Amino acid sequence: MTSHMPTQHLATTVTPPSDPDAEVGILVTEDLTVHYGSFPAVRDVSMVIKPNQITALIGPSGCGKSTVLRCFNRMNDLIDTARVSGGVAYHGVDLYGPSVDPVQVRRHIGMVFQKPNPFPKSIYANIAFGAKIAGMKDNLDDLVEESLTKAALWEEVKDKLHESANALSGGQQQRLCIARAIATSPDVVLMDEPASALDPIATLRIEELMTELKREYTIVVVTHNMQQAARVSDRTAFFNVAVAEDGHRTGRLVEYGDTPTIFTNPRQKATEDYITGRFG
Amino acid sequence: MATRPLTTGEIIGSKLSGPRVHVADMVLTGLLLISLFSSLLVLITLLADTVHTALPVLADRGWSFVTSPLSADPSKAGVIQGIMGSLSLTGFVVIFGFPLGVTAAIYLEEYARDTRLTRFVTANVRNLAGVPSVVYGILGLAVFVTALGGLTNGRTIISGGLTLTVLVLPIMIITTSEALRAVPSTIREASYGVGATKWETIRHHVLPIALPAILTGTVLTVARAFGESAPLLLAGALVTNFFQPSADAGLGQLIADERYTALPLVVFNWARQPQAEFVQLTAAAIVVLLVLLLTVNATTIVIRDRFEARALR
Repeated sequence: MTSHMPTQHLATTVTPPSDPDAEVGILVTEDLTVHYGSFPAVRDVSMVIKPNQITALIGPSGCGKSTVLRCFNRMNDLIDTARVSGGVAYHGVDLYGPSVDPVQVRRHIGMVFQKPNPFPKSIYANIAFGAKIAGMKDNLDDLVEESLTKAALWEEVKDKLHESANALSGGQQQRLCIARAIATSPDVVLMDEPASALDPIATLRIEELMTELKREYTIVVVTHNMQQAARVSDRTAFFNVAVAEDGHRTGRLVEYGDTPTIFTNPRQKATEDYITGRFG
Repeated sequence: MATRPLTTGEIIGSKLSGPRVHVADMVLTGLLLISLFSSLLVLITLLADTVHTALPVLADRGWSFVTSPLSADPSKAGVIQGIMGSLSLTGFVVIFGFPLGVTAAIYLEEYARDTRLTRFVTANVRNLAGVPSVVYGILGLAVFVTALGGLTNGRTIISGGLTLTVLVLPIMIITTSEALRAVPSTIREASYGVGATKWETIRHHVLPIALPAILTGTVLTVARAFGESAPLLLAGALVTNFFQPSADAGLGQLIADERYTALPLVVFNWARQPQAEFVQLTAAAIVVLLVLLLTVNATTIVIRDRFEARALR
C-alpha cells in the first residue's frame, strides 16, 4: 500500500504528517463481510480510509457499496437479518467490539442519506436534536448558527429558523441534513448518494460543500455518479457484483486507490469497463 | 380546382380536436355521486325523522329533560343517569384503553422481533377486533362482574368500563400499529444517524408524527364504546325506568358502589315501553346521545390539532 502524502502547495489536504491516522487510516476494514440472512451481500472488503480526505465508493447497483458504508456507523444493526463479520477499526478500535455502543458510534460518525430526510420540525429543532440528546443544553443557538454556516445554509435560513424544514427546497434540505450531521461534532461523515435526488445546481453546491468540509471531517461518499467521484474524491474504491449460480449477488471490492489513478490508469479490466461506461 | 395544401397548424389542429365530452367519465362521476348521496340520504332521513319526533319533548321540557333522572312517568323522565353513565364509561375507555392500546402497539411494532409468536399475536389482535361485542359482554360478566367481583364490586361502572376497554383494545392496537408503520423509515434512520437511541427516536420523532393518526383512531374507538349497548347489558348495566343512587353518594361511590346505566340502554329501554309518549322520549334521548358523541369527538379532534401544531415546533 503506497501512502499518498499531500504535496505542500495543495492547501485542501492539510493532513499533518505527524498524525498517526494518516498512516494507518481513520477507518480500516479487514475482510469485512456482511450477510443478509444466510447470503453474503458483500464479501472480504479490506480498505483503509484516510483522515481529511473524501473517499468515494462507486460501482453498479447491488455491489454492496452502501452496505459497506452502513457498517462504518453500525447502521446495519437496524436490519434484523444483517450479520457483520470481519473487522472495522475506527482509530484502531473495533467498531463491532463487545463494549461498543452503536448509539455512541453514530455520534462520532455521522450520516447523510440519499433522500433529504429532515425531521418534520423546525430548522432549528433539526440541528439541535442531536446535541440535545447528547446532553448539550447550553449554546444551542451558537451551535445551530455554526452548523448551518458550515453547511453553507445560514444566510438562506437565518430569518426562518423556527419554520418547518419541509418548506425548504430539496437542495436546501440536503444541506440542512449535512448541518444536522455535523452538529454532533463527528469526525467522520458518511454520505449515501447525497446528491442523487437533487438537480445539477444543487448537486454542485453539495460537492463544493464536501470539498469545504474535508478540512475538518473525513468523508466517505457512496455515489452512482462517476463524474462526481472524479470531481470530489481523493480516493476511490470500485466495487463490483458477482452473480452466483443460484442467482444471489455478492459484492466485492475490486480496486481501491487514488482517484486520478483509478480514473486514468486502473489496474483491473472491470474498473476500466465501468468508468468508461461499458456497463453499470 | 386545385386544393390548397393543409398548413401544419391545420393538420395538428385536426389531430388535437376531440369530443371534449367523455361519456364514460360523466357516467362514472354520476354513479359515484349517486352512491354518495344515497348513503347520505339514508343518514339524513334518519336524523331528520329522529329530530322531528324528538322536537316536542326537547321544546317542552328543554334542559330539564337532560337533567332529570329516569322515571316511569313520561312527563318527568330524563336522561341524566344515562349521560353520567356513558361519560364515566368513556372516561374508563380513554384512561385505560388509550395508554394500554398505544403501548401495546409500540411494543408490537417497534420492539418485538419478527418471530412466529409476534405474528401469531398480531393476527389474533386482528381477529379480536372482529369479535361481536356481545361476546365481550359475556367476558365482562364472567371476569369483571363475577371473578373479579371483589375488586370491581360487581355490577358497577368499573366492570362496565373495563369491559368496554377490553372491547376497544384490539381496535386501538390496530390503528396505532398502522399509524406507527406509516412513519417513514427515512425519519427513523435520520434520528439513529445523529446518535439517538431507540426510545429517543420513538419519543421525539415516531410518536409525534404518528400521533394525529393515533388520535383519529382514538376518536373512532371512543365513538364505538359510546354507542355500545350489548356488552353493557351483560356486564351489569341497568335497563330500567327507575333507579336511585344513594342521595349523598360522591363520584367515587357512584363509580365503585352503585348500579349504573348508559345512554344507549336508556334508548333501548324506552323504545320498548308501551306508552306512546316514550316514542318521543326515545327520539329525544337519541338526539342527546348524538350531540354528546359529537362533542366528545370534537374535543378529541381539537386536542389532535393542538398536538399536530405542537409537533411542528
